[in-house]
Amino acid sequence: MSRDTALVTADWVQQHLDDPHVVLVEVDEDTTAYDKGHIAGAVKLDWKTDLQDSVRRDFVDRRQFEALLSQRGIGTDDTVVLYGGNNNWFAAYAYWYFKLYGHADVRLLDGGRKIWELDSREVTDEGTTREPTSYTAQEPDRSIRAFRDEVIAAIGAKNLVDVRSPDEYAGRLLAPAHLPQEAAQRGGHVPTAVNVPWSKAANDDGTFRSDEELTRLYEAAGLDGGKDTIAYCRIGERSAHTWFVLHELLGRDNVKNYDGSWTEYGSLVGVPVAVGDDPGPAGGG
Amino acid sequence: MCGATVGGQALDAVDVARQAVIQGVVMRDDSPVAGAYVRLLDAGGEFVAEVPTSATGHFRFFAAPGRWTLRTLAPRTGPVDRPVVAARGRVVEVSVPLSG
Repeated sequence: MSRDTALVTADWVQQHLDDPHVVLVEVDEDTTAYDKGHIAGAVKLDWKTDLQDSVRRDFVDRRQFEALLSQRGIGTDDTVVLYGGNNNWFAAYAYWYFKLYGHADVRLLDGGRKIWELDSREVTDEGTTREPTSYTAQEPDRSIRAFRDEVIAAIGAKNLVDVRSPDEYAGRLLAPAHLPQEAAQRGGHVPTAVNVPWSKAANDDGTFRSDEELTRLYEAAGLDGGKDTIAYCRIGERSAHTWFVLHELLGRDNVKNYDGSWTEYGSLVGVPVAVGDDPGPAGGG
Repeated sequence: MCGATVGGQALDAVDVARQAVIQGVVMRDDSPVAGAYVRLLDAGGEFVAEVPTSATGHFRFFAAPGRWTLRTLAPRTGPVDRPVVAARGRVVEVSVPLSG
């Protein structure tokens, strides 16, 4: 993968607004944002109600994903362009999710909703109706998704990158007060994980930094290019942003997103936890 | 997610004594600017949170005590930085005027 195949600009989107095989999909943390205004022709995916199983803590399965995309009018061969607020956090999460289920041509709008708004481009509150399709998904690609046991095994052995803010990494901040349901039992980070906040990979306007800047960023953080990498945050959306940078923009092969992230790890019984600003020894403390 | 919500001025449901609130309004030519982006940067210039302004131009952050910078991005203008000091139990009101 590379920047040319994974990212599109706002101008590119503008030029393809009437292209029937380009489907714009908005995904936001604030799931009401779409209803207040979106790019003309865009359909909405709700990261909670559409992309999470309603009973188990897991993704919807392949059949459910096929039914969802068919209903939204997204074809197996369509070019899917994802965008959203919060500097594309949830759009990047959806991108990773589409890749997990093997969608061939999926891209991110560089800068997301913010660049579109800062450019004063047109939005609409009119709903989008697309003809239903018969979407075919692939079996989930486990090579890009990490689970908890793999994270524990990676301590001191693989690259672990914690992309939360420094205060969350250190354990000084568990969860913002308005999101108590997403708090873990303990604060801190996975021992030996380095802290590279997701925001360092983005410019103020939400676009990604250049390949050269990104390469320097992860080199300076001590991410060993020869080792496998697992990225995590709190619920896997900010780390999907970093996964996108490492795997899609910089073309690193062995990068996984741990979507269980700190809400899972920080609630596990008996695993090592490190607190403070340093990665810490493998045994935690 | 990022310790912030789109703000209005009312803080009825918030226990202000436990919070270090930074809030305010983005203005252009005496009119509030909706849909501007306000970023909260820590003392080292590191990104902490970002919110779009509300229909009435308001924003709010639940910060920690200390020195912060508010960086405002809006159409047709460059970024505007405002230093601000937050303290627990206080609500700091900031007005961000945009030129142009």
